Amino acid sequence: MKTVSPPLPARLNALRVAQRRSRYQIIAGLLALIIAGVALTLMRGQSFTPPQTVLRVLSGEDIAGASFAIRELRLPRAVMAVLTGLCFGLGGAAFQTLLRNPLASPDIIGISAGASAAATIAIIFFGLGGAAVSLIAVIAALGVAALIAVLAGRGAAAGTRLVLIGIGLSAMAQSLTAWALTQAPSWSRAEALRWLSGSLNGATLEAALPLLAALVICGAMLISRSPALEAMRMGEDMAAGLGVSPARTRLIVALAAVGVIAFATAAAGPIAFVAFLAGPIAAQLSKRGGPILIPAALIGAALVLIADFTGQFLLPARLPVGIVTGALGAPYLIYLLIRINRQGGAL
Amino acid sequence: MQLALPSSGVLAARQQGTRRRLLTLSLACALLTLAAVLSVTFGTRDVAWPDIARALSGQSDTIGAAAVSARLPRTALAMLAGAGLALAGTALQGVTRNPLADPGILGINSGAALAVVVMLAWGSLETGTTYALTASLGAALAAGLVQAIASMGRGRATPLKLALAGAATSAALASFTTAIILPRNDIAGLAQSWQIGGVGGATWAQIMPVLPFFALGIALVMLTARRLNLLALGEETASGLGENVQIARGLAVLGAILLCGAATATCGPIGFVGLVVPHLTRALIGVDYRWLIPASALVGAALLTGADVAGRLIARPAELDVGILTAFLGAPVFIWIVRRRKLGAL
Repeated sequence: MKTVSPPLPARLNALRVAQRRSRYQIIAGLLALIIAGVALTLMRGQSFTPPQTVLRVLSGEDIAGASFAIRELRLPRAVMAVLTGLCFGLGGAAFQTLLRNPLASPDIIGISAGASAAATIAIIFFGLGGAAVSLIAVIAALGVAALIAVLAGRGAAAGTRLVLIGIGLSAMAQSLTAWALTQAPSWSRAEALRWLSGSLNGATLEAALPLLAALVICGAMLISRSPALEAMRMGEDMAAGLGVSPARTRLIVALAAVGVIAFATAAAGPIAFVAFLAGPIAAQLSKRGGPILIPAALIGAALVLIADFTGQFLLPARLPVGIVTGALGAPYLIYLLIRINRQGGAL
Repeated sequence: MQLALPSSGVLAARQQGTRRRLLTLSLACALLTLAAVLSVTFGTRDVAWPDIARALSGQSDTIGAAAVSARLPRTALAMLAGAGLALAGTALQGVTRNPLADPGILGINSGAALAVVVMLAWGSLETGTTYALTASLGAALAAGLVQAIASMGRGRATPLKLALAGAATSAALASFTTAIILPRNDIAGLAQSWQIGGVGGATWAQIMPVLPFFALGIALVMLTARRLNLLALGEETASGLGENVQIARGLAVLGAILLCGAATATCGPIGFVGLVVPHLTRALIGVDYRWLIPASALVGAALLTGADVAGRLIARPAELDVGILTAFLGAPVFIWIVRRRKLGAL
């Protein structure tokens, strides 16, 4: 007997409901992962602190042997990890969606490298600190983004040129950073690694405040543009037909994404590959499609938390978070490249 | 109807072309000599002519003469490494028919550096020869990995895929290198030199063991010059011409790997020389590899020596590692090349 399938609107509705439900499940799962990561970071340090003690310290009590470790060391570290992870994930996914190319991530096309170079020079040659460094990093990152946009030009090959030019500018910025570091006194060689690959050592809550502000402002800008970004995914003509202004969307999204990445880089250095990986991982998780900005941000936070914890306690030596994400992230990049190539995707 | 073959005209043009190329080659030679002279004369410390004369005759009693004697092996290494890297780049660009091929971009230098660091950390590297061998092995593995990643899927390894695979592999290998060095205080002092290469502090004792590698690599690349011309005609034409071309391809890649390994073993990873020099030379001397290869060697040697001199003069009294300069100056050239080429040619 021939069954009659439900009418199209009903099917679409059911699809939309299922999509939304799966999105909420993913976000809930990621939030749980982040909370677990934060809890782990707060509990484990040079010594292990049981959860009840952690909660009591957080609620204001002063417990000998635990409050210093938790309030001065672990809590700022956890907060910074979450904030930078959110920033990198958000910025990376926004760029990848905007440029419709998973490889056009701010850390590959030189935006975080530029921010890092500027921050290094500001700290070593001008002795600046704090908010001034963040500001200079943002300006440098915007400059690099503008330069790439201008040099890549227009046309069918613009996407390819953009990535290649970005790789070139990234190499330039990295050499600048390396040079600046040679000019630093040798005792700040440990600092050097922060600026070359990213590190959460010495994180403070004061440093986290401007980052939080940037995340809130730029994050709001990005998430509010999320529907426009989704429309632009289908191509600029389609987007224009849907009432989205491609030029304005591009400008706002680029500004906000660069801002968020630059602030995070100024705070913790260019933590390798977080911005690059968050988007594709989010895309793989939300198989049903849909916007990936929020899941990507959460994945970024989870990645930084896990990588930092791994670098501190799970490896034979203490490694900064950037080295861990670099060593673990690059094989995943290679795997992604292989998968994209195999599927004959456009690069 | 008889075709009037302008034989005398063609011959004359060919002679003119050859003359022009010889002129370009001698110009490159002159530049190289100039760079070498500058390298010996200038540096962090000013020296006078008597000092130079004394050092060249083997004495190093005065401080000036000692400074010059320290610069002599450094100059020699810069020339060798520059020639080697330029030839490696030329060979790689010829074999992959990819204008963006460069040992640095393709992650080959990072592979060589990682191999040496691994051996330093867990094995033992006694002689300069084992250094160079280890580096070459690492270079070969990295090259294989990048080629494998880039050629997966439809189509051959396009320049973009190769560049991206190279960038990813470089980043991964560099992270591993830093991860290995970081906790090891005994080799931590070398950390800087394994991220950015330089020719400072070179001694004759370091250079001698790797000379055979350089010589072999240069010989291999020069031998395959004619076949590289054939490869440039296109995949189908080249494969139609048979086995010799494939063997030549393998030999050229082997030569490139030996050269990269030797250069990285003595200097650390220096990028962009292999990218920039072939393009520069091609603009001057044409696309015939029989001319391109010797010219690239000369221009590469001159370039790296000149960059080293600049590095010593710019950052007085400190020194700028030549790897930093080549990255800073080579990247804009890379960008210029990307902008100039049409997507099809890329």
